[in-house]
Amino acid sequence: MNKVWAIIKKDIITELRTKELFSSMLVFALLVIVIFNFAFGFSAELLDLAAPAMLWISFTFAGVLGLSRSFALEKEGDAIIGMLLTPTDRSLIYAGKMISNTIFVFLVGLLMVPMFILFFNYNFLSTLVPLIPVIFLGSIGFVSVGTLFSAMALNTKLREVMLPILLFPIIIPVIVSAVKLSEQVLDGNSLLAASFSLKLLVSFDIIFLTACAVIFEYVIDES
Amino acid sequence: MAISTKNSQYDIQADGLKKSFGNFEVLRGVDLHIKRGEFFTLFGPNGAGKTTLIKLLATLTDPTSGNLHVSGFDVKKEVNNIRSTIGVISHDPYLYDNLSALENITFFGTLYGLDDIDNRARCVIKQVGLERRMNDIVRTFSRGMKQRLSVARAIVHDPKILLLDEPYTGLDQNGSQIFGEMLSDLKSNKRTILMTTHNIDEGLDLSDRIGILSKGKIVLDCPKSEIQRSSFKDLYISKVED
Repeated sequence: MNKVWAIIKKDIITELRTKELFSSMLVFALLVIVIFNFAFGFSAELLDLAAPAMLWISFTFAGVLGLSRSFALEKEGDAIIGMLLTPTDRSLIYAGKMISNTIFVFLVGLLMVPMFILFFNYNFLSTLVPLIPVIFLGSIGFVSVGTLFSAMALNTKLREVMLPILLFPIIIPVIVSAVKLSEQVLDGNSLLAASFSLKLLVSFDIIFLTACAVIFEYVIDES
Repeated sequence: MAISTKNSQYDIQADGLKKSFGNFEVLRGVDLHIKRGEFFTLFGPNGAGKTTLIKLLATLTDPTSGNLHVSGFDVKKEVNNIRSTIGVISHDPYLYDNLSALENITFFGTLYGLDDIDNRARCVIKQVGLERRMNDIVRTFSRGMKQRLSVARAIVHDPKILLLDEPYTGLDQNGSQIFGEMLSDLKSNKRTILMTTHNIDEGLDLSDRIGILSKGKIVLDCPKSEIQRSSFKDLYISKVED
């Protein structure tokens, strides 16, 4: 557990100093929300229909940007090799990177929501609170696969291009479940009332988390 | 079951070691035996397979075939035991630019599972002469200082074996001299050291034994005492060109 915490702490200290991940993700997410808002004009009916998808498209695009940068920082000075030289179980490295990435992506998601509510005219309190767990669960599913693929893309020349190409097809189930769940929450249903979508999202989170933790060892040792 | 070589006099034992990437065979049957406490320098031109050999010894990649034991442990089966007993210094520092010297060494010390990490980190940073810059961000360090800090990273867990992959690359004259003195200190601590280099002048001084790796095979392996420094360059060129 000390080793996992050391990796998380290292990533948080690095981010506090560079502000590279967080600021780029947040600015990008907000820009996408603004562009969508203008693109759909002011048709309330259209916005209602498309809002959950727009939220998750913004989240996904911003998240890819952050994940790509997360492992790029490990590659600078080949620091990742220093980590791989230690007698640390690869699953612990995955856990540390996955948790720190989840923290950053979730925080960006949290900050996106007020902007989203503002632009799409939702009631602030009744929407914000139930959306938080949806963003959290979506973050876990997204980052669990994203951490694996960003490690996989580490040594490819076109890392920034490769990551979304590899990642998007795989995370479709997580994003679709998150969109469905967000849609029901934005319609005023409680999370429990949307239990099917909730169960689906939690199931995909567990499946992806377990599978990626196992596969990570083979991916990182060959990179 | 792993072959028991733990009581052997050799810290590094490679027999018929091969490594291929696709159809390209980088190492073509390397036999290398390095005794405990020995300083072995392996010379070779670019592309000879030196870095690949170091990566195999450091458990960063698996051999295609052959046997390899480091500190008596099988490289295919006892990787974490090997990782606990080796330290690796390369031309890349393997450090985080945005962390301070102390944060870097503490981080790696934690991953090595050390107790009393803070004291140990301070101690090795002092050992490499960077105590005054302990709390400075590594990004602000010169190439030579980064290389000294990478020595601190490599010895934080007090490894028995040091693997050095072209460690002088990018160092200026002063940096090379300081680094050479540090290597001399590390040698006097009875560590087994394998250094790869293509620079003849840097490699000869501290060695007990020397070897030449060319086109994926060891073409020379002998005690340094058998080598005339003045004629080594010609010998090297003739072995590499064969």
